Amino acid sequence: MPPGLPTVAVMALTTKSASRTTAGKPAAGKPAAEPARPRRYPPSLPALLWHSTVGKKTVLAVSGLIMLAYLVAHLVGNLKIFFGAEEFNDYGHWLRTLGGPVLHYEWALWLIRVVLVAAVVLHGVTAYQLSRRDIAARPVAYVHKRRRTSYATRTMRWGGVILGLFVVWHILDLTTLTVNENAQSGHPYENTVATFSTWYGNVIYITAMLALGLHLRHGFWSAVQTLGAAGPARARALKAVTDTSALLLTCGFISIPVAVMTGVVN
Amino acid sequence: MSPKTSPAYAHYTEGEPVADAAAPPGDIAERWDRRRFTARLVNPANRRRYTVIVVGTGLAGGAAGATLAEQGYRVVQFCYQDSPRRAHSIAAQGGINAAKNYRNDGDSVHRLFYDTVKGGDFRARESNVRRLAQVSVEIIDQCVAQGVPFAREYGGLLDTRSFGGVQVSRTFYARGQTGQQLLLGAYQALSRQIDAGNVEMHARTEMLDLVVIDGRARGIVARDLVTGRIETHLADAVVLATGGYGNVFHLSTNAKNSNATAVWRAHRRGAYFANPCFTQIHPTCIPRSGDHQSKLTLMSESLRNDGRIWVPRAHGDARPPNAIPEDERDYYLERLYPSFGNLVPRDIASRAAKNVCDEGRGVGPGGQGVYLDFADAVRRMGRAAVEERYGNLFEMYERITAEDPYEVPMRIYPAIHYTMGGLWVDYDLQTTVPGLFAVGEANFSDHGANRLGASALMQGLADGYFILPATLGDFLARHRPGQVSPDHPAVAEAVADTEDRLNLLLAVDGDRTPDSFHRELGQLLWDECGMARTEPGLRKALERIPALRDEFWRRIRVPGSGAELNQSLEKANRIADYLELAELMCLDALHRAESCGGHFRAESQTPDGEAARDDEHFSYAAAWEFTATGTAPVLHREDLEFEYVIPTQRSYQ
Amino acid sequence: MKVTLRVWRQPGPDATGGMVPYEVDGVTPEMSFLEVLDTLNERLILAGDEPVAFDHDCREGICGACGVVINGRAHGPERTTACQLHMRAFADGDVIDVEPWRASAFPVVKDLVVDRSAFDRVIGAGGYITAPTGSAPDAHATPVPKPAAETAFEHAECIGCGACVAACPNGSAMLFTAAKVVHLNTLPQGAPERESRVLDMVGQMDAEGFGGCTNTGECAVACPKGIPLTAISSLNREFLRAARKSA
Repeated sequence: MPPGLPTVAVMALTTKSASRTTAGKPAAGKPAAEPARPRRYPPSLPALLWHSTVGKKTVLAVSGLIMLAYLVAHLVGNLKIFFGAEEFNDYGHWLRTLGGPVLHYEWALWLIRVVLVAAVVLHGVTAYQLSRRDIAARPVAYVHKRRRTSYATRTMRWGGVILGLFVVWHILDLTTLTVNENAQSGHPYENTVATFSTWYGNVIYITAMLALGLHLRHGFWSAVQTLGAAGPARARALKAVTDTSALLLTCGFISIPVAVMTGVVN
Repeated sequence: MSPKTSPAYAHYTEGEPVADAAAPPGDIAERWDRRRFTARLVNPANRRRYTVIVVGTGLAGGAAGATLAEQGYRVVQFCYQDSPRRAHSIAAQGGINAAKNYRNDGDSVHRLFYDTVKGGDFRARESNVRRLAQVSVEIIDQCVAQGVPFAREYGGLLDTRSFGGVQVSRTFYARGQTGQQLLLGAYQALSRQIDAGNVEMHARTEMLDLVVIDGRARGIVARDLVTGRIETHLADAVVLATGGYGNVFHLSTNAKNSNATAVWRAHRRGAYFANPCFTQIHPTCIPRSGDHQSKLTLMSESLRNDGRIWVPRAHGDARPPNAIPEDERDYYLERLYPSFGNLVPRDIASRAAKNVCDEGRGVGPGGQGVYLDFADAVRRMGRAAVEERYGNLFEMYERITAEDPYEVPMRIYPAIHYTMGGLWVDYDLQTTVPGLFAVGEANFSDHGANRLGASALMQGLADGYFILPATLGDFLARHRPGQVSPDHPAVAEAVADTEDRLNLLLAVDGDRTPDSFHRELGQLLWDECGMARTEPGLRKALERIPALRDEFWRRIRVPGSGAELNQSLEKANRIADYLELAELMCLDALHRAESCGGHFRAESQTPDGEAARDDEHFSYAAAWEFTATGTAPVLHREDLEFEYVIPTQRSYQ
Repeated sequence: MKVTLRVWRQPGPDATGGMVPYEVDGVTPEMSFLEVLDTLNERLILAGDEPVAFDHDCREGICGACGVVINGRAHGPERTTACQLHMRAFADGDVIDVEPWRASAFPVVKDLVVDRSAFDRVIGAGGYITAPTGSAPDAHATPVPKPAAETAFEHAECIGCGACVAACPNGSAMLFTAAKVVHLNTLPQGAPERESRVLDMVGQMDAEGFGGCTNTGECAVACPKGIPLTAISSLNREFLRAARKSA
């Protein structure tokens, strides 16, 4: 039991002596002081965020929203593939010179990568910790099984794991080019087309984007709720925004392998 | 006929009169202030050395526990529920009276005092009622400060309504859940003290006996309902806030586990029990639907503000209500009481319903119901307005009966709701056992023979927040703290009594369930000591109850053991006490050969069938002293004097 | 009507339990669900068996004592308490599963009875307004705008039955805690303790072993009093506000 909790009354005995009344007797002449209010958590913002469930959820929500913002930018960039190899490759080059001449070559990109890695780690760690706690809070299942909640809600944990694995593959495929056969550094357009010219590249990518859609469908709304911005007046609008944005992101990302497969992009 | 010569009195003996010695003399408006000034105070530094046991966590108990702990006393508190928040005060719907006069409609402390004494049919003590009215004002302040979400007007100020037929709007309310909100306020204040370590809370623990040492209440014997362990808790004073005994009737609006064991055990240990026959029957309850019925549900009396009560003119008219034409309906309250109509006091409305049902004009299953019709109200105000006022009650009714009250008239029938009788207490709320105090519905003090609507919450909170904390301090200041040994023979005796009794219940191993006895006793009491009482009926009940008690101890079957959570054992033990209390109720009803308030003796009525009070012979509170089970108790009278509100016969015609 | 109840029987906190089927005859549509349990218990006692232990008290849906999971739903198929659920919600011949609330913070005491004292400790941690008796100003000293009073009331309706925890796949008490925080933090009287209240209540809630909220919305669906899911959002907002201020 954590410190500061009132001890659960233990019904010890058969006879309680009135002499117990003298225990905790205050100093003579001083009125009985009201015991200090027990503090459940240290009163600092980082401690509150890290130790409480609500705080961890906040970290989860904020890191998720950071990744979502990145995804939106990422999608906008990706869609440039429809304007041809030159424009797409130029865009790839611009990303590396972003912020110049103040920032050195690729500094901005690395900054983004650091923030993203931090978001991924925080998102993963808090999700893992919260999940462990949630599972421990409901150790016995009901005998009578009943489908609860929506598919998107139930698949958050495994969907998150799938997305994590996808990100690893995605980096090995198109950033480090480790697993991409025929890859050439500095030619993102050609590399992308190469990926989506394989059946497994398409399967992995499309599966992951569907998982992303489901994850966002519960995740975005959930993050807004966690950050305390979901009021009764906004509930419906928020649901609509969530569903639309999840759909747009999923369709947007999937449009690229589809375009390669159908020969629109080659 | 003088009480002394009444043949009924063979069943008891008469002792010395009892008087309230605690109320100071003088102008009634100054008595409470004077009492508070004369009360001795405990040095704040010493308060922690005094332990006070509070049994019950309803409005009175919760408020008392929280307040005593705030003052610095060490409080040990008990409730049989799993949480102090569940006490049955939570079910009160209508509201709470207070003489705030925010409406500027002529209300005042004196008017509330007057209304309460008159409403109680002149069987309450003037000093206590005057104090209740005075304190009522502070209760609202206290509750608002605690965050009780009372109904408010658009200006942000508190809304009030008129309730129970009084002519001023002095009832504060929180939709139909006033009791819940007030109780949660007290519970939260109590929880704060529990968290701070000032109150040692024992939930799921039931008081089974009182420990009296050298004539003074020094503790209780309680059973931990989870482990079955019998515990003794000793203290410097014991406060009973255990509510009323309406469940003796089996079917009542009380919670299923509300019981009379604490007060009855205290009575057996020497506390006088006053006016046990003063029970209140509430006219607007949902009728029973069959033999399986486990309890009755009340609907706020505010329904009578706009609903019209009727039965068919013809006996045994089985047509659906909407098929009965207007001229074949009997709006009997409007017919009998043209000036008050459907808003006559509870006892009158209840009795009138019983009369028409006894005539064979009742409606619904078993003919035990009358219609409460909102068709006119819907026509007059529109459905939206009716919904605004009564929506939650209509929903509740529809949930239980599956009938839509907007389309079909509600069916209602009276049910036992509140008990005005209880442990006799003086002005300090102290019983005849020094150191034993009774607050809220557990005492008899403020409502006389009939309680007005929205006054129970007022009394519970007045006792708990303001009155007891002031008077208990005086008692404690006169005694040194502690100083009682757990090895005292009286402690061992009380524990042994309790254990023997529980073991006996478990050992009988008969062939009847606890519930079957409860149902039988309840039916008997409802028939003979319910809405209308007669001498032959009461005599019959007084013969039957000892026989039933006998049978109980021969044929009861309690499965399981005493060393575990055993709800059958809890129930059987409570019923064993009901079987003794019921006898005293009938005896009290028999001896009080007058009608007053909720006590209607068929022999004592006016030519037009109204209750006829007999002030010459019965202007007293009957305080009963226990002798032994099945043996004649001793009656001590407390003569009631009315200096400020002169008794008149109530008339609502 | 005749129904088969499959009831979770567990003799004590540490004993193993299991579902036991009982046929109950003579059920009428007007009976409440708890009255069917009463009927079963009467029969069990006469047959020499142990009756089913279950919590109940007011039987009018306000005390919050009763609560069982019926066919996988807290309080059964309708939005009400088990005591106000009537058998007309079931059909003749139905097999009905009856289980206790499941959450590690609500350990089973016996059969269908669980220990919900964790809720009391959450309230004790800060679910109150400090207003010692006798210290209150006149009730009209602080007007409360009607909308605030209404919001406070709607959240104060919580009966502490625990259905939200039982329904939540994470055994989370967020809805319960949120209801009290919103009730008190909405009122001007609750303002002085606004920050400490939410921090301490959430802290206690966590210490009791309740799970976190994953916004499944199951709690608000199960709540017999209709406490809205947005209460949890408000609780989060209050928490973050208090956390910022305490930094």
